[in-house]
Amino acid sequence: MTQAQIKAYVSGAGITLSLTFVAILFGMVLGLLLAFGRMSKSKTLQGITWTYIWVFRGTPMMLQLMIIYFGIPLISSALFGRPMGPERMTSAYVGLTLNTAAYLAEIFRAGILSIDKGQLEAGKALGMTNGQTMRKIIIPQTIRRIIPPFSNEFVMLLKDSSVVYILGIGDLTRTSRQFAAQGEVKFYFIAGAIYLVLTTIFTVLFDRLEKKYAKYE
Amino acid sequence: MDQILEIFTKANVRFIMLGLANTMMIASVSILLSVVVGSVLASLRNSKSKFVRGLVITYIEIFRNTPNLLWLMIIYLVVRIRPTPLCAIVAFTLFTSAAMAEIIRGGINSVSKGQWEAARSQGMRASQMYIYIILPQALRNMIPALLSQAITVIKDTAFLRMAMAYPELLGRIIVLTSKYTAVVQIFALYGLAMLIYFVICFILSQLVRHFQKKLQAEAQSQAR
Repeated sequence: MTQAQIKAYVSGAGITLSLTFVAILFGMVLGLLLAFGRMSKSKTLQGITWTYIWVFRGTPMMLQLMIIYFGIPLISSALFGRPMGPERMTSAYVGLTLNTAAYLAEIFRAGILSIDKGQLEAGKALGMTNGQTMRKIIIPQTIRRIIPPFSNEFVMLLKDSSVVYILGIGDLTRTSRQFAAQGEVKFYFIAGAIYLVLTTIFTVLFDRLEKKYAKYE
Repeated sequence: MDQILEIFTKANVRFIMLGLANTMMIASVSILLSVVVGSVLASLRNSKSKFVRGLVITYIEIFRNTPNLLWLMIIYLVVRIRPTPLCAIVAFTLFTSAAMAEIIRGGINSVSKGQWEAARSQGMRASQMYIYIILPQALRNMIPALLSQAITVIKDTAFLRMAMAYPELLGRIIVLTSKYTAVVQIFALYGLAMLIYFVICFILSQLVRHFQKKLQAEAQSQAR
């Protein structure tokens, strides 16, 4: 491998990682809001969040990215006479975030609902305030239960971020495809190996985190 | 409204329907093959030989941790399996069977130990035990997870256009969008694509829910 190729792989991996991190961070915030919306008493809020989750989980991420990147400029040119829309990377960040939020919302909801009501009552019986019960009993247990599916979703996102290929973004997958265009398979396997290393690192980290929180179970 | 109706010519509807047929064909054949290959992998993962176990675990972990798109490209551009639909099925089976193996392993582990002992006491061989006793019960327990995986496969067939220029549903709809210029028409086509995926996934997710409820009810009645 030449130095230029190594550089290209490093920058490709950087793009893949930055897409994953941005999407998981913003996806967590949005996902939490959606989870609370799904569990709220308001029927409208329930309906809106349910539809959101249904739309984003039920259609291919590729289609969602295409609508953001190719569709928004179309609307703007129809309304304002000139095509305006997010650029490639912004579209990718937004699309991945919106999609991940839908999956995370369901994970959060399941985690929160899985905590036994008795835990809340036990906290009260010990004379804890509501805040204390939440902080010391409910939230740590929820985190502990959420870690495995969250870790899964993280790995999925890291892999699935390869769909940004459709927007022409030079992430790991596109970089390897460019080099492999002449039929040299090794370039694909290098990308595959980098993905494996990255996912393994994060899986190990999440496993450690899970062990750390295991004492709350 | 007229502009939108303009899209639905007989030729276009036929064009899209053939795309849908391609999507469903690739997805269903790959899912069926993956259940078979995944069952074999899952039973080998419980094998006594450390070497076999290691091999199966490596296979599963590699395919679960690398992008499907990358494998579609490798199989199409490097292994060069032709015709394209066969290539798509091979690639999808390769990585879906890794996911299936994990689902099936979960199902096998959920079958109670007494069933294994009963099968052994009847003098069955390992293969007989799996085929007649364990797998039928395991399959029932994992129907919800299997159907969720099916939804994932159906959505992932959208990669086929990028990876091997195969005319599946989304690919065909994108081809159509390039024929129209009005924003309404293009969005109607996007909307149509979403709607079709929705409906398929909705039906499957309702099935998932139905089976989950049924299994829960059965588990409760057994506990009593």
